[in-house]
Amino acid sequence: MSVQYKYNKLRIRDRRGKIGHPLFKYLAVVPTILILVLLTLYPVLQLLRMSVSDIRYVEGQMDWTFVGLSNLWRMLEDKVVPTALKNTLIYVVSVVSIESFLGLILAFLVSGAKRLRTFYRAVLMLPLLIPPIAIGSIWRLIYDYNYGAINKVLALVGVSGPAWLANPDIAFPAIIVVDVWHWTSFMFLIMLAGVETIPQELYEAARVDGASEFKIYWNILLPLMRSTIIVAMMLRTIFAFKVFDQIYLLTGGGPGTTTEVISLYIYKVFFGQFRLGYGAFLALVLALITSIFVIVYRVVISKTVKEV
Amino acid sequence: MKTVQTEKIALHSFLWLAVIIIIFPILFTFLTSLKHLVDIITGALVFKPTLANYAQLFVGYRSSFTQLTINSLVIGTLTAVIVLCVSSFGAYSLTRLGWHPLPSGIILGWTLFVHMLPPITFIGPFYLISRSLGIYDSILAVVMAHVVLNLPLAIWMLQSFFESVPKELEEAAAIDGCNQFRTFWQVVLPITRPGIAATALLVFIFSWKDFLFALTLTSTPRGMTIPVGIASFAQEWSVRYGEMSAASFFATIPAILLVMFAQRHIVKGMTLGALKG
Repeated sequence: MSVQYKYNKLRIRDRRGKIGHPLFKYLAVVPTILILVLLTLYPVLQLLRMSVSDIRYVEGQMDWTFVGLSNLWRMLEDKVVPTALKNTLIYVVSVVSIESFLGLILAFLVSGAKRLRTFYRAVLMLPLLIPPIAIGSIWRLIYDYNYGAINKVLALVGVSGPAWLANPDIAFPAIIVVDVWHWTSFMFLIMLAGVETIPQELYEAARVDGASEFKIYWNILLPLMRSTIIVAMMLRTIFAFKVFDQIYLLTGGGPGTTTEVISLYIYKVFFGQFRLGYGAFLALVLALITSIFVIVYRVVISKTVKEV
Repeated sequence: MKTVQTEKIALHSFLWLAVIIIIFPILFTFLTSLKHLVDIITGALVFKPTLANYAQLFVGYRSSFTQLTINSLVIGTLTAVIVLCVSSFGAYSLTRLGWHPLPSGIILGWTLFVHMLPPITFIGPFYLISRSLGIYDSILAVVMAHVVLNLPLAIWMLQSFFESVPKELEEAAAIDGCNQFRTFWQVVLPITRPGIAATALLVFIFSWKDFLFALTLTSTPRGMTIPVGIASFAQEWSVRYGEMSAASFFATIPAILLVMFAQRHIVKGMTLGALKG
């Protein structure tokens, strides 16, 4: 009797998916947690420790010395840091605004296209899947002073093109163009997902009422897209801070420090100057800046989700 | 009616312009890769195509590109296998096995945070870890980093697939006497196979794309990947245009295959985070 009762109880709870094999639930997450602790949490703690240390590689051994906050003073005296931060900021603001604008327009256009839609989407998402270093390399061939596509075309009309990546005035816009080519795909995909949630009837109704195409987009679709646009822009902002590969390949931060961005500079401190402690401190600062954005992002998301 | 027609033409011509802007650089690189140096220099539009650059790249004396290709394939595959094994169990448990919101929220929140941190944050610690484990400059070191790079994405993506499995199915399996492991293994996994395949493909491609970790955790062709090889072409004193374009186009091929054959399945993963928060 009591065994039968126990059995039934087990079954019922089993159907709710609560127990069953009592340990499976926990065993299943053990590998995930193990990796997260050993390979993400531990490295973050390691980074904290590195950032207050001076680390030298002596005779195959890492030699750690505690130096307190001296890496902070070093950063405040470092003239490249403000330049790199400023460049990163200008970079982020420019690419996010341009890519959001283009991504939104492309999403509206593709959603309006009845034919070839899959084809357009396929091509428009392609850059996002190409290795960024290959993108850098492809654009280097295009920007090349002697044999690049742009200067060859310019030569046809009798203009001698500039050295796109070596000219301090042009190098920065030139790398922004590459980023726009690369990442507009991302904004386009998010915006398209947003546009597709808008009921088609709304659009038809406005049309029947005689609203012009522009009015439909400006007064009806755009307000409905507001939360998608905000989310997309914030996410892109967070990702844009990661920029490294293409600039590494295209200009290496040059000419001078005109295209130096923070990730690239941290890499140089780590592996060019081999100052692991100082590099870790800069990485920590970057991580903190990103964290602030992530927190704001989470708050905004929870607000916009509530609205809907 | 006439305005509708012109609108349509305008719409498609704008989109075609975008298509051309995206295709042109890739096409230019492909054409360059088929040219002899003479044709690259003159910028000839009509030329006799050659595979010399690819031959130089893969079987050339002193070229290690074949080794790098093997490394990239092995690293991508290993990463995908490890990430999928770990994340499918983890994501299933967290989505379906009745976790209290606090611990599961902490785990998922942390993965999202890790996903958003700039990878440069990790290179210092990873460098030291791989040195102390004695795996620096090996495939293992790069796999380790790529697992971390991809685990968050895989968990979030798989979660959305597991969520779409009807609860009734699992309940039916439980009534039939399946324990949770068997329900997962024999009922849920087979249904979500397309989603799992899409996740595996994306993990592979993100591993294939990575440059920073492969650059900082290797120093010889033993563990280097294709992107590191491409970067070294560009940094030599005289740029080797032919090989550089051949290598760049070669690195682009998986992306082209993916949008041709699996576009529908990967869109979800690419915009993830935006929809989930």
